Amino acid sequence: MTALSLKTVNKSFGSVHVLKDIDLEVEDGEFVVFVGPSGCGKSTLLRVIAGLEDATSGTVEIAGEEVNTVPPAKRGIAMVFQSYALYPHLTVRGNMALGLKQEGQPKQVIEERVAEAARMLSLGEYLDRRPSELSGGQRQRVAIGRAVVRQPKLFLFDEPLSNLDAALRMNTRVEIARLHRTLAASMIYVTHDQIEAMTLADKIVVLRDGRVEQVGSPMELYNNPANRFVAGFIGSPAMNFLPAEMVGGAKGQMIGIRPEYLRITDQGRFQATVTHVENLGGDTNVLATTDDGHPVTLRLFGQHSIRPDKIIGLDYDDAESYLFGEDGERVTAA
Amino acid sequence: MNKARRNPANIIAAHSILILYTVIALFPVFVILINSFKTRRAIFREPLALPDAESFSTVGYETVFNQGDFFGYFQNSMIVTVASLFFILLFGAMAAFALSEYRFKGNTLMGLYLALGIMIPIRIGTVAILEMMVNTGLVNTLWALILVYTAQGLPLAVFILSEFMRQVSDDLKNAGRIDGLSEYTIFFRLVLPLVRPAMATVAVFNMIPIWNDLWFPLILAPAEATKTLTLGSQVFIGQFVTDWNAVLSALGMAIFPVMVLYVIFSRQLIRGITSGAVK
Repeated sequence: MTALSLKTVNKSFGSVHVLKDIDLEVEDGEFVVFVGPSGCGKSTLLRVIAGLEDATSGTVEIAGEEVNTVPPAKRGIAMVFQSYALYPHLTVRGNMALGLKQEGQPKQVIEERVAEAARMLSLGEYLDRRPSELSGGQRQRVAIGRAVVRQPKLFLFDEPLSNLDAALRMNTRVEIARLHRTLAASMIYVTHDQIEAMTLADKIVVLRDGRVEQVGSPMELYNNPANRFVAGFIGSPAMNFLPAEMVGGAKGQMIGIRPEYLRITDQGRFQATVTHVENLGGDTNVLATTDDGHPVTLRLFGQHSIRPDKIIGLDYDDAESYLFGEDGERVTAA
Repeated sequence: MNKARRNPANIIAAHSILILYTVIALFPVFVILINSFKTRRAIFREPLALPDAESFSTVGYETVFNQGDFFGYFQNSMIVTVASLFFILLFGAMAAFALSEYRFKGNTLMGLYLALGIMIPIRIGTVAILEMMVNTGLVNTLWALILVYTAQGLPLAVFILSEFMRQVSDDLKNAGRIDGLSEYTIFFRLVLPLVRPAMATVAVFNMIPIWNDLWFPLILAPAEATKTLTLGSQVFIGQFVTDWNAVLSALGMAIFPVMVLYVIFSRQLIRGITSGAVK
């Protein structure tokens, strides 16, 4: 069964067209991540799905039912916000119970579900505290707990980890992945962090300027990007783009090589001057500029002592490079 | 706390400035209070002296209590002030919420229209207001005053509160919507507590002019039963003779209720600032 299906969804704010003909299917139990640069419409799309914004045209179906005119509370969804958005006047217990109370669930059911969620997220000892007495990580766990107790058909996460520090972000990410496995629930997750996207997603939706650029599993997008935008957006450090002319290709076309597939040799296809070296311990990022002024990044495994201003020869395998046409679309079997 | 702020010289300087200001601010109140307990002769002979056994007199208070219905005036002032503040805050906050929260055609125009009253003194319309009150039969009722003061206070309230409501996290309101709270519950339970400092500011700004106003009570509700405290005290100020004992006593008693209201609101103000809400 499909948990969510969007058909030619459009959204405009006045004369600004934010979402353009979005078509999307989310299967039951799937973890879908929306990624894209800021302002690409990913959060707006999530709000349209949640019912916080009305779609200007198109249909939104949740679990097979059209919900265009259904208020957010009756759509069978739960949402986790970036700023946690806990009710400041309620305790942790009250925060988690409020949605169920509004649904008119019996007291016993509410208690059971809150206790279950508190156990899952190890919030047991904080149940009677107020949000102001909790740390950032605990607050976000409460926000997740508030979503879990509702047993929604669809979870919506709006950049839930952006306000956390790096260590907590990693822990909470793992926690969300575990939650997804235990609940086997459908989840939609908005982020601009591609590590979150790559590690959590069953399916990634890359958005740009309100359009879906590509949909696929993380590895599909990494190995087989449909266009230059997706190729440049997925992968870190970002893919290098060089004019194909430089290595004997057609004029106007661009060649894309991931930083990890560039290697240093004496007789490379082109030369570059090192401008900066980042030693990360596990691997080393080398930033360089080719002779005709194009920046390239190399990712070398292990530790290397390369000094800036050194001239290096670079080479790559054709099988590990991508060719993009003038319009940015991928050119295969060129 | 850092060193600079712990420096004793700084502390002394800061405190002496604050104490000086407090003394200046409280001085007139002090003079009113001490003179209200003196005989008329003593008031004029030595205005700054404390009442002693010879000059002590409660004649002012006696006059106030015996002439006219002081408690009635007091009650009228209280009803008018509290009711006006209630309506200003309620309707002002509701309008501000609508303006800041919902996108609709003419939103900006509506906001400007509602704020226009800040620039136009309501007293210009006194004649029209009086005619309107006469036609609706509201002359010499407290409602006439409450309605006028509410109208007078709303523009500034809408202006200040809508600015504050824009700062309330959208996520919080949306979380409420997803949990199935009605727009009224979101407004009263989530948004209002977060803008409490602004509400207290608006309340304090409006309270004092309403309490002290002489103009509208004199024109719209001069009847004995609806006289406010300020209007009631005018009895003692004559063109040729002024009963200073009575005036000072009436003023002395008029200060207290505003002070009590002020303390209530300013405490709200402090609590509002210190309560941890959204990150």
